[in-house]
Amino acid sequence: MAWYGFRRHSAYPLSALAEATANVAFGFIRAFVLIALWNARPSLGGYDATDAVTFCFLTQALIGPVQIFGGLELTRRIRDGDVAVDLHRPVDLQGWWLADDLARAAATLLLRGGPPLVAGALAFPLRLPGPGALAAFGVALLLAVLVSFGLRYLVALAVFWVHDDRGLSSAALVMGMFFSGMIVPLVAFPGWLGEAARALPWAALIQVPADVFLGKRTGADLLAALGFQAAWAVALLGAGRAVTAAVRRRLVIHGG
Amino acid sequence: MRLYALLAWTWIRSAARYPLSMALLTVGVALVGALDLAGILLLFAHAPRIAGFTAAEVVFLYGSSATSFAISDVLLGTSERLGRHIREGTLDTMLVRPVSPLVQIATEDFSPRRLGRLVPAVTALALALPRLETAWTPGRAAMVVVMVAAGAAIFSGLWVLTSALQFVLIDGHAATKAVTHGGSFLTQYPMTMFGRDLVRGVTFVVPLAFVNWQPALYVLDRPDPLGLPGALRFASPAVAVAVCAAAGVAWRAGLRRYRSTGS
Repeated sequence: MAWYGFRRHSAYPLSALAEATANVAFGFIRAFVLIALWNARPSLGGYDATDAVTFCFLTQALIGPVQIFGGLELTRRIRDGDVAVDLHRPVDLQGWWLADDLARAAATLLLRGGPPLVAGALAFPLRLPGPGALAAFGVALLLAVLVSFGLRYLVALAVFWVHDDRGLSSAALVMGMFFSGMIVPLVAFPGWLGEAARALPWAALIQVPADVFLGKRTGADLLAALGFQAAWAVALLGAGRAVTAAVRRRLVIHGG
Repeated sequence: MRLYALLAWTWIRSAARYPLSMALLTVGVALVGALDLAGILLLFAHAPRIAGFTAAEVVFLYGSSATSFAISDVLLGTSERLGRHIREGTLDTMLVRPVSPLVQIATEDFSPRRLGRLVPAVTALALALPRLETAWTPGRAAMVVVMVAAGAAIFSGLWVLTSALQFVLIDGHAATKAVTHGGSFLTQYPMTMFGRDLVRGVTFVVPLAFVNWQPALYVLDRPDPLGLPGALRFASPAVAVAVCAAAGVAWRAGLRRYRSTGS
């Protein structure tokens, strides 16, 4: 299933390249904005300007894999009723879509992850990780995709109750963009807002992997960071499992 | 124009069949637009001036750029769907109807929800204007109105120009977002933040600097960081006309070149 998903999601490399172009453009604009901020306040939030610029291009590279802007295809299938077919399959609904989403993340990472980082590295000095940090980043990224899937799966299943997903999806989009650190790194959030933002699941999408990439979390701190992501992943996937069970009962009430 | 209004009204009535959904979507669109503003305010929570500009001045830039962009997005934003229409062959259906395909695409799915973007934009503009430390003259006040109108026209031209590119690129819609959405994001910030080559690029190649930056230099009475002549500050309306003319030519050329998917 994951292999077919990978082939399907990597079938249009030109389209992915177009997306990557937009990511690169936004990366440059945001990088200049962050440089201006870090010029005014050097070492804000424990980052220096190089960290901030690296963070910015890394963010653009991760938009695709952790799917900040999109939901799941499942959302449409629930609205259309195609989900009935999915529920008939002799596999678990959540597992099926998780396999597809992991494949999508891998394909997007390959096609869209590189250009922003390469373009950024050509124009600015970036802080690139050593082999150890890179391996830790790989784990953090996998956990980030799991958390992202957990969130989007819950949003998708909510369509069984609300019928029109677009309002809910846009709320999820706002929370995701703001609290993942995509707009402004969470280290630059002041006071209690920062505390709250760093404890919410969206922090696990971009801020935590980026911190690992930049080598800000090492030793026991690294384990705490990965533990934070893993805890949210388990909680969200567990909630998804419970809701899936509820959905199966609900669909019977509707008559299938 | 009359047909545009008629088609837009039809789509609004269709969207209004689901009032709750429409209201929620409008709020959602407003919030997404407000995120950029929240980002700016977060930056200025750390420093009173960034790149030589105060919070009020940057919010003014945000407000003018976002208002212009919201107006152009309401009028022509859906033209970016052209690539999909070409791919799915639905452009052929539009071509047999006795209305310009541009009008048909632009009014497609026309819904008040897209006006949601105007809410944070106009609010920011209204809050920033009284806080600017500028010596207001009738000329400066008039310039604020002119820059929003000219900015909206420039963005409208860019919407049409970038969608005309899709006659060639077909699948390149995401890349042209760099110019439209990226341009809207770029113009929310003072150009003093950006590298000089980038500023030259958005002044002379893709004329985003005329959306609000050049007129704002006049309103705020600032020197141009590139040392460009002062006359450029009044050039926005002329640039808007030029961009729209280029867009018109590109659209017609694209439409003439168009051959159906053939399936």
